Order: sequence, then structure tokens, then C-alpha cells
Amino acid sequence: MNGLNEMTLSFSARSENEAFARIAVAAFVSQLDPTLEELNDLKTAVSEAVTNAIIHGYESDPSCQVTIEARIEGDSVSIAVLDSGSGIEDLELARQPLYTSKPELERSGMGFTIMENFMDRFEVSSRLGGGTRVEMLKRIESKKALYN
Amino acid sequence: MSLQAELEHYRNVLIVRLRGELDHHTADVVRYKMEEALLHGRSDHVILSLKELQFMDSSGLGVILGRYKQVKSKGGKMVVCDVNPSVHRLFELSGLFKILTIHDDERTAISSLEVVS
Repeated sequence: MNGLNEMTLSFSARSENEAFARIAVAAFVSQLDPTLEELNDLKTAVSEAVTNAIIHGYESDPSCQVTIEARIEGDSVSIAVLDSGSGIEDLELARQPLYTSKPELERSGMGFTIMENFMDRFEVSSRLGGGTRVEMLKRIESKKALYN
Repeated sequence: MSLQAELEHYRNVLIVRLRGELDHHTADVVRYKMEEALLHGRSDHVILSLKELQFMDSSGLGVILGRYKQVKSKGGKMVVCDVNPSVHRLFELSGLFKILTIHDDERTAISSLEVVS
């Protein structure tokens, strides 16, 4: 595919919308003809970022909005997941595998580790009281290319 | 997309069959149902049967770890079976296979537990 293709999605910070968000992104990316594994990686990473925004960013306040910006450029998809919630105090600590700020909620502390492993690029920026922005990129090895 | 959890007591084993998508939204139902069954049933061990689990993220890992601790505190074992490749990868990445044994299907999972008890 040539050129740039973008989409933006905003929705209430409700847990019901976690499935909606990952399915919407998967539908957008499907035009690159990803493999099932690539699609599953993307869905998992989006699910992690959106769940973090809802639970940690907004403390599950449904009046708040989570935003996803997705962009297809060549064979890559970039996805940003944004919230304007409480922000992360210590990013270094938050990125440690198995660390969670909410152990009482049975969080596994694997969210950031999964995003880092399932995507080709991963960055997170956050400001205390000013929200969090997760940016990820994945290259899609189009199935079509295999047949040429 | 939602999640169905089917629970069955077989001798002293609780078989939990998960169908659909296990994320933060659906994890509560799994936690509640399994907690109840483990508190009030007479099962010592748990088999997580994941043949029809189409999606799972770290929230699923959290609820599985929570139930593992619950089972282990009573001296029981938890095993998994019929794990699809994407869930397998998640278990591997999080080190869950260090504490959970994996089996091909429910039948081999049950016989492994019968040796234990």
C-alpha cells in the first residue's frame, strides 16, 4: 500500500470498550493483510495499553476518554494510546516485569513487557497529573508478498 | 465478544473450560466463579482447559495467578491443557510454565492429577 492512512478513535474509559478497541484496530490493520499471529500481537498490545489507561490513568472513571491514533505507512502500523489521567510517577519501575501498582486487583504486572515483546517499537511518555502516551509500531510482513 | 466459563467437578478436580476472550473486563467473572467453586466445592486441583479461549492478555494472567495461589495454599495443583499458540506465548513470556504444567488435553491432564492425589 502506498501513502498514508490514519484513523483516530475516542471512547469512554469503560472496561467493555477494551474488546471494542482491539477489534477496531485489528479491522483497520487488516488492509495490510497481516498473519493471524501479527494480528493477535497487535490486539494484545492494544488491549494492554487501553486497560492501563482505564485502570491506572483514569481509575475506571467512565466519564473520561481514551484515544487511539493509528497510522498505516508503507508496511508498518503505528499506534498511539493516550489518556489525560493521573500519569505514571516512576516509569522505570512501571516497566519492570511483574511490577504492579495495584496488586490488590490481581494485576500481573506484565502489560509493558508484553507490549515491548509483541511490537517492533515501543515508547511510553507520562507526566504526573498530565496523562500517559504509549506509542508502538509493528511491521506487517504482508502475506501477499510471500506469493509474489 | 465475551467470555463463557464452564465449571465441572470431576472427583477432586475442578475443570474450568474458558471460551471466548479473557481480558480485564471478563476476568472478574472468572475470578468470582472459580473462587466460589474452590471455596464451596470439594476439589483439590484445577484444570484450566483453554481449547476455545480465543484471546487472552495480562489481565488473564493476573486472574490465573490469583487462583493458582488459592489452590496452592490448600495444597492443590493447577495444570493447563489445550493451549493455543498465542496463549502459549503469553504463558512463556510471563514465566507461568515454571509453576503450571501443560498437557495436550483434559484426559492427560486428569491422569496426571490422579497420580498426584
